[in-house]
Amino acid sequence: MSSRIARSLTLAALTAALAACSSVPLDQAGTTSGTGADGASTGQIMDPFNPQSPLAQQRSVYFEFDSYTVPEQYRSLVEMHAGYLRNNSQQRVRIEGHADARGGSEYNLALGQRRSEAVSRMMGLLGVNAGQIEAISFGKERPRAMGNTEADYAENRRADIVYQQ
Amino acid sequence: MCSATAVRSYAASWRSWAGAVLAATIAMAAPQAHAQLRVDISGVGATQYPIAVADFNGDAQGRNVSEIIRADLSRSGQFRLINATGANLGVESQVSFGEWSGRGADYLAYGTVTQTGGQYSISYRLVDNVRQTQLDAIAFAGSERELRRLSHRIADRIYEKITGVRGVFSTRIAYVLQTGDTHELQIADADGQNPQVMLRSKHSIISPAWSPDGTRLAYVSFELGKPVVYVQTLATGQRTPVANFKGNNSAPAWSPNGDQLAVVLSRDGISQIYTMGLDGSGLRRVMRSPLIDTEPQYTPDGGSLIFTSDRGGSPQIYRVPVTGGDAQRITFNGSYNISPALSPDGNQLVYVTRRNGAFRLALQDMAGGSEQLLTAGPDDESPSFAPNGMQVLYSSVQDGRSVLAVTSVDGRVRQTLSALNGKVREPVWGPFTD
Repeated sequence: MSSRIARSLTLAALTAALAACSSVPLDQAGTTSGTGADGASTGQIMDPFNPQSPLAQQRSVYFEFDSYTVPEQYRSLVEMHAGYLRNNSQQRVRIEGHADARGGSEYNLALGQRRSEAVSRMMGLLGVNAGQIEAISFGKERPRAMGNTEADYAENRRADIVYQQ
Repeated sequence: MCSATAVRSYAASWRSWAGAVLAATIAMAAPQAHAQLRVDISGVGATQYPIAVADFNGDAQGRNVSEIIRADLSRSGQFRLINATGANLGVESQVSFGEWSGRGADYLAYGTVTQTGGQYSISYRLVDNVRQTQLDAIAFAGSERELRRLSHRIADRIYEKITGVRGVFSTRIAYVLQTGDTHELQIADADGQNPQVMLRSKHSIISPAWSPDGTRLAYVSFELGKPVVYVQTLATGQRTPVANFKGNNSAPAWSPNGDQLAVVLSRDGISQIYTMGLDGSGLRRVMRSPLIDTEPQYTPDGGSLIFTSDRGGSPQIYRVPVTGGDAQRITFNGSYNISPALSPDGNQLVYVTRRNGAFRLALQDMAGGSEQLLTAGPDDESPSFAPNGMQVLYSSVQDGRSVLAVTSVDGRVRQTLSALNGKVREPVWGPFTD
């Protein structure tokens, strides 16, 4: 019963996401990610646990300063992962959002969550089952770049797609 | 499997604390304590009560007791210490009021420490040399380990007798110390001394929050690979995940009666505020906000929540009834105001504000709304009020070092507590427990 509630909540969230994000080209998404997903057209290894696979190598989405929408240049990356997840409905994935080191811990946690949620929503719109995705945030707790330059901050404004074993 | 460990020695020692007992691993570290302190007093018009605290006679520990009392009073910024070297006074000594007021000491504290079979007795008196009256006289007993806590209690009494406000020297603070990739949730005396490790982890710990009775801490640990809210009982060390929903679980705040938590969850997408019972029952979403809501804090009457939201385009502080409804914006200056904390009487709000790239503390009257910048930055975070509302504890960076710092609510007196090796984060001042 609780899972039914969860599902209906998820559906509601998806509907809300669809309404909010009208700029995502849904018709295109299906075809693009379809080819990327099985790797048939490219001959690439489509295995997130194989280090040679683009699924393992390309799993970071970087965001502009003070922005929480997936930049256009990362659309194909998200589509690639969405395609794989659609074809492997048992596979679960965590989207881990990050923020730069400036400011409060909790607010940065929430900002990182906006980034992971943006990727999660896009995957949902691309047909990935919400039950496969968990969007979380590390805020400023796990910076990849430790410095205080603008380049360091930019490196930490991202969401990583992490496949769960 | 789980790399966070509740520290047992701490838990075991805490039991003996129940009866206002000091369970310290470091006994009487007063001289070092004094060496680490830095008190900066700025501005004009600060009232300072001139007081002499004579070395307590009778036992070698007497001097340490007096030293702790002097350090406490001095750190408050509200007292000016008059030299009492060589006074040679005991609790039964006849005091010449005229002599001490002649030295400039309006007040004098003196006493005696005795020891029998490892049990100590401290008796003390406080006199007003100007009015020529006794203000206080009391005796405490305890083991050597308890001497530090008893000294703080005497300082609390002196503070209250003279200023009329309850002292906070025997209260405690919690904070996180990060050294390399080790994170420790620590509890220390209000002067930053006598630190005890509650939890050691390879993963971040943030947002510790004291239960209103001071027996438990709620906090966020990342040990499961994502933020999960735990509650840990100090006396036993026992810890339980209380909010571990899909997505993030963070920013716990206790209701004033201690039976509800406000938490921030992302289970329904973006970070939103919920309330729940400590056993996880009665989970309720307070609002439906289009953007981030986080860092809830209950008002002292338990009827409202203060929180941070970027619903208006930039992070600002709002207030909403705990039952939901329309949120009212509270902060209007600047484009980045976060981490609100309310004074114990609910009349004042302290928060972090970003001004010209510097993170500073600001204080605002809840009724009036005028804002005062309390600190200069550049990296002041996590403010919380002392339980008597007179001071604010926060984390700061001074000369490139990460420190715990305290400022008076008028911003005039700022002090650096223990400068620890590592990065000190997320400090929060505990409640009165006596």
